[in-house]
Amino acid sequence: MGEGLIQRRSRPLEQIIRAALVICSAVAVFVTIGIILSLLFETIRFFSQVSIIDFVFGTNWSPQTAMREDQVGSTGAFGFIPLLTGTLLISFIAVAIAAPFGIYSAVYLAEYAKPAHRAVIKPTLEILAGVPTVVYGFFAAIVIAPALRSAGASLGLDVASESALAAGLVMGIMIIPLVSSISDDVIRAVPQALREGSTGLGATQSETVRKVILPAALPGITSGILLAASRAVGETMIVVMAAGLAANLTFNPLNAVTTVTVQIVMLLTGDQEFDSAKTLAAFALGLVLLCITLVFNILARWIVLKYQEEYD
Amino acid sequence: MTDLSYISPLSAASMPGLKKRYKTERFFRMTGLAAIVASLGFLAFLMLSISIQGMGAFFKTEIRFEVEQAWIEDAAGDSYSLLRNIMGNSDPTVTGRTAKREYRRLVGADAEDKLRNEIIGQEIATDGPVVIWLPASDDVDVAVKDGLGTTASGVDTGQLSQRQVDWIMGLTAGNRIRTDFNMGFLLNGDSRDAERAGVGGALLGSLFTLIICFVLSFFVGVMAAVYLEEFAPKNKATLFLEVNINNLASVPSIIFGLLGLAIFLNGFGLPRSSSLVGGMVLALMTLPTIIIASRVSLRSIPPSIREAALGLGATRVQTVFHHVVPLALPGMLTGAILGMARALGETAPLLMIGMVAFIADPPSSFTDPATAMPVQIFLWSDSPERAFTEKTAGAIMVLIVFLILMNLAAVLLRKKFEKKW
Repeated sequence: MGEGLIQRRSRPLEQIIRAALVICSAVAVFVTIGIILSLLFETIRFFSQVSIIDFVFGTNWSPQTAMREDQVGSTGAFGFIPLLTGTLLISFIAVAIAAPFGIYSAVYLAEYAKPAHRAVIKPTLEILAGVPTVVYGFFAAIVIAPALRSAGASLGLDVASESALAAGLVMGIMIIPLVSSISDDVIRAVPQALREGSTGLGATQSETVRKVILPAALPGITSGILLAASRAVGETMIVVMAAGLAANLTFNPLNAVTTVTVQIVMLLTGDQEFDSAKTLAAFALGLVLLCITLVFNILARWIVLKYQEEYD
Repeated sequence: MTDLSYISPLSAASMPGLKKRYKTERFFRMTGLAAIVASLGFLAFLMLSISIQGMGAFFKTEIRFEVEQAWIEDAAGDSYSLLRNIMGNSDPTVTGRTAKREYRRLVGADAEDKLRNEIIGQEIATDGPVVIWLPASDDVDVAVKDGLGTTASGVDTGQLSQRQVDWIMGLTAGNRIRTDFNMGFLLNGDSRDAERAGVGGALLGSLFTLIICFVLSFFVGVMAAVYLEEFAPKNKATLFLEVNINNLASVPSIIFGLLGLAIFLNGFGLPRSSSLVGGMVLALMTLPTIIIASRVSLRSIPPSIREAALGLGATRVQTVFHHVVPLALPGMLTGAILGMARALGETAPLLMIGMVAFIADPPSSFTDPATAMPVQIFLWSDSPERAFTEKTAGAIMVLIVFLILMNLAAVLLRKKFEKKW
């Protein structure tokens, strides 16, 4: 275009700017490639030292490498299963807390609250997600864990001082706004005609919500819960400060369990040579963590694509 | 049609179970409200319990001493001997080695610092004894804040001996104990002594880290957003880019720390624990947030602006950078401030690149070993001493104040420049 009447002036600066724009957008791709390559590279080195079968199916995690070569168990054990169960246990507790609170809050905000109240309550709820996780960790360790412990003692239960319940509880509260704000959006996106139809047939508001709105919004809400679960799996500081360090293969929420993120922090803080299996194990755990969160995210998107009805 | 006359008008009486249904309705509504109230109640409980625990960190207990001129002369400019003189001679009833040592421990490690600053080498105006308030040790501090000396009993005196408790009672009775604002907590660097430890070094480290983070992520983020919104062709490559950015936003922060460790530290050999590397890692983490916020902001600029500029003969690049970007800038800045607030509270990636070391001196350049606010909180929370629990909660309060300020700035910026096109 422009060849006919006006000679297009060549503008070298503009070409440079356009190139710079493309490069800046590509940074995001470079970061992704960097993450995958660095994790993959170190993981491959890790599996040259530790058998992949032992890692994936092993039920014993004790990465302490010994002082002396000839000591018993000098290689350490890198069985990943107890970390996986610990991570899933704490995330499950978190989601079990966040889902009812988040969904009920969203229903109230979307269907019952006056617009003026909503305008105040919604951002206030989101503060919960904005509080730094290190604050939650401190709170879980100083306030919640001792409270649970003494509550357990009065009921005759033995609650570990670093119980999965304390970490999961606080993490659940942190992800309430994630569930509530996604659910709120989805519920509000349900077409008004469905509400009117239901009300016109004589249903009360709660019957409309339970039998019409929630089923219509279910794929979106499920997707929100999965995103919250993905966040819980990757959460680090709460579990570093409030969950256990030793790997226990248990599903009892009153016991101490450890998580993938806790072990990454444990393996990498402190001085050790970079090539040891211990350090490399952290990268293998990082790769696993990335895969788990990715699966949750893809699943969340897939559910919406597959099951969400298009109303308009 | 005539059949309609058979249907009686609906009334409460004619609907079986209507009362029960209304009851369910009220119950459902109340449950929703209860969920919100519980969530907000928890937030309030969190803030309140942190404030109660942390308030003490902003105050310190001081003990009054009268320093004789002779003691100052005898010390000959040495703060250690002066402190010995003061503690050894102030209370003649204290006799014996152990008693004297315990008496000395009433004041903190920073008492010497104060003597050095306020008495040694200073012109002393009076001929009589010089009055000085020396900071109490952390054990005394915690006990006095818990009410030792003012409330009757039931105070947990921790590590204090019975003798020390009695002295504190005596000092309180003689009005020789006061509580003062603890400026040192905001200015000092970290220290092994709870009395000396402050968040000053961590605040400076956080500032350095955020400067790096902002410079890198804002520039790159805005450029990427401009490309995707204004120039990118609608094709598979662009779609891939968008999916990629969205995925990056949901990667756990600790993974970015692993990336920083593998590439910035072990690959490029950048200095460990420095705010430079910390800022770079946080920049990668905030980049998707800033790109997404900037795109929203660019999208809100109406096409008429672009059409007008293009119609007057501006090139695409001129249109975007002279007209669209300046209008979208406040929105982009709002997004950037919110991204920075998130980066300020982030701990996990910084642990990965070694920002967990004990660092007493505030950093003086971007490559110095530094610590950051959330990491300082993490380090202190691990400390077994009672005084550090108070410090931890106090540091959390400082951090939250900064987060509130940043969010407030973002809200104000949005309000000021918000435009309905």
